[in-house]
Amino acid sequence: MVGPGRSRCCGPSGAAPAMNCRAEVLEVSVEGRQVEEAMLAVLHTILLHRSTGKFHYKKEGTYSIGTVGTQDVDCDFIDFAYVRVSSEELDRALRKAVGEFKDALRGSGSDGMGQISLEFYQKKKSRWPFSDECIPWELWTIKVNVVNLANEQERQICREKVGEKLCEKIINIVEVMNRHEYLPKMPTQSEVDNVFDTSLKDVQPYLYKISYQITDSLGTSVTTTMRRLIKDTLAL
Amino acid sequence: MDTDLSSQDRKDLDKFIKFFALKTVQVIVQARLGEKICTRSSSSPTGSDWFNLAIKDIPEVTHEAKKALAGQLPAVGRSMCVEISLKTSEGDSMELEIWCLEMNEKCDKEIKVSYTVYNRLSLLLKSLLAITRVTPAYRLSRKQGHEYVILYRIYFGEVQLSGLGEGFQTVRVGTVGTPVGTITLSCAYRINLAFMSTRQFERTPPIMGIIIDHFVDRPYPSSSPMHPCNYRAGEDNGAVYPSVEDSQEVCTTSFSTSPPSQLSSSRLSYQPAALGVGSADMGYPVLFAGGLNAAHPHQLIGPGKEGGVPPVPNQPAHGTQADQERMCTPLDGVHYSAATPSSSEDTETVSNSSEGKCGSPHDLLETIFIRKVGAFVNKPINQVTMANLDIPFAMFAPKNVELEDNDPMVNPPESPETESPLQGSLHSEGSSGSSTGNTHDDFVMIDFKPAFSKDDILPMDLGTFYREFQNPPQLSSLSIDIGAQSMAEDLDSLPEKLAVHEKNVKEFDAFVETLQ
Repeated sequence: MVGPGRSRCCGPSGAAPAMNCRAEVLEVSVEGRQVEEAMLAVLHTILLHRSTGKFHYKKEGTYSIGTVGTQDVDCDFIDFAYVRVSSEELDRALRKAVGEFKDALRGSGSDGMGQISLEFYQKKKSRWPFSDECIPWELWTIKVNVVNLANEQERQICREKVGEKLCEKIINIVEVMNRHEYLPKMPTQSEVDNVFDTSLKDVQPYLYKISYQITDSLGTSVTTTMRRLIKDTLAL
Repeated sequence: MDTDLSSQDRKDLDKFIKFFALKTVQVIVQARLGEKICTRSSSSPTGSDWFNLAIKDIPEVTHEAKKALAGQLPAVGRSMCVEISLKTSEGDSMELEIWCLEMNEKCDKEIKVSYTVYNRLSLLLKSLLAITRVTPAYRLSRKQGHEYVILYRIYFGEVQLSGLGEGFQTVRVGTVGTPVGTITLSCAYRINLAFMSTRQFERTPPIMGIIIDHFVDRPYPSSSPMHPCNYRAGEDNGAVYPSVEDSQEVCTTSFSTSPPSQLSSSRLSYQPAALGVGSADMGYPVLFAGGLNAAHPHQLIGPGKEGGVPPVPNQPAHGTQADQERMCTPLDGVHYSAATPSSSEDTETVSNSSEGKCGSPHDLLETIFIRKVGAFVNKPINQVTMANLDIPFAMFAPKNVELEDNDPMVNPPESPETESPLQGSLHSEGSSGSSTGNTHDDFVMIDFKPAFSKDDILPMDLGTFYREFQNPPQLSSLSIDIGAQSMAEDLDSLPEKLAVHEKNVKEFDAFVETLQ
């Protein structure tokens, strides 16, 4: 699915975004135990809009599309609920990435600030000896600030406030989605893996990758981790 | 390129808009059912999943939507609206949201109907799924149950936002341009829900200017009755509705990956089927209206939600009973304070029987004088139940009366109705006085839990307050005999004391010097 080798993609490594890459930034302040749910809520909402049913190609160059199911998720630590795609594989992949981010945020050298990025990209096959390029077309960055709270009363207020903030973020995301800006053209059968992640059984999101950065107290980036979340890829 | 819409494209577009409207209604109503929704993804396309999304069709909702549309489609000046409102078990109601599917005149002639428009409508439905969980009414609908229910109403025509109160907010879900106009989906929602709070919906009188005859005044003849959002399809009424397969046109979509000019190769195939609405039509509104008005909210609702006043322990029961008894006996107010040490001791022996039991007077009589009790021990119950026995009251009454008059805390005979249950419960609650931190060890202590008060703030709670203020010590100046005696003695002993002090002058001086 994904070729090895150099990938030139925009992301937290500091390179300037490629042209036509739409970039959106969201910021949230949460308590430590809310990080996971808040990130999952935002990422799932984005991926809900960026996933389709599985394509089934037929002859004559036509294809049909499978059905995407949805389900409600209630948060335990935030007064909030969101909708995600009914796909356990996708949920697992996101939980894995968010779990790593959360652990990194908790780790030493961090003052509780970091950001997680969700990038949608297209692959462009190059001729030998050049390897495939990854061309991002949409980048979502969620900046997180972890706060420490002193008592239960503050925690209760934080539950509600973060819930309200997340509602605003969902509205922001939906607004961006409905601008109907650039989306990759629907691919032919031979090109589908350059546009979509076809490794999941039940749904088909656009090709994406998740990465994160933790900022230390000096404001410089300490850790940059890139992980590909497509199943049959070599880990970096 | 031909800029006019071909007839096939026009047909397709109309179909898309129609089913988009129906699916929109389903998403909104299902989001207000009060339950979590879960549908499965399927990699193989099924014929009935419009817009490639698994959205179930509740037949009643489809029926209502079709009725409201009456064969028309949203157009300029003709919007499809879904009104979500809240109705309390007392019959008060309030509009929470209006979801509007509108069409304006801005056309996008270039857009391809069976490809781009279809996919964008699918995206808009996903956005609707997300936004329906984000407005304040979602959390209210998840908590509907005994105290209130959420209702929906579909109408077609001009949008009516006046019922939302002042300062309502609007959120736009999205827009899709089509060759015949731009479809816009938005929601206007009431914001002064906030004080009602998603935490707790209180039964307050209509603050928003709720009109009780809310449903009568509708100016539009096509207005439909309100329907609850929490039924189970087909369970609550006997009406039979056409199933999805019968009534809904099946959508099988094939898309082409070829360039747009070869669009002719991709076409929707569908099988129009008879709607078969028939007799269900007649029964439907009546059933629902009847179900709504006649049935207790309980019955309309599935798994009950926690609502109303949580169960309270014994005290209020005691309170009410005691209260009633209190009303009968004028001496009730008398026994709250520990008037004199002797009397307090006596009252204490009188009290303390109950330990939470609202026992019969006989039980209490038996326990009298068995135990010594501490300050402020359950006087009320014994006072109340002992009201009929003259002996203890007679002992105490003369000593206490004069104090009672002075102490407003102790003697509140003019308390209005609302207060009396509280006081009654306080006094009759049947505990033997102080909480477990008390110093008296030689009798059984039971926590004093005044009704309607929380005792989680330890330093000063209602029980402590009452204990402290209902047991003031005897004023020494009021016991005249003792006072008089000591005065005379004091005067006599003065010269002796003076002599002693004069002897010790030097010591006193040295002491004063140490202070300087």
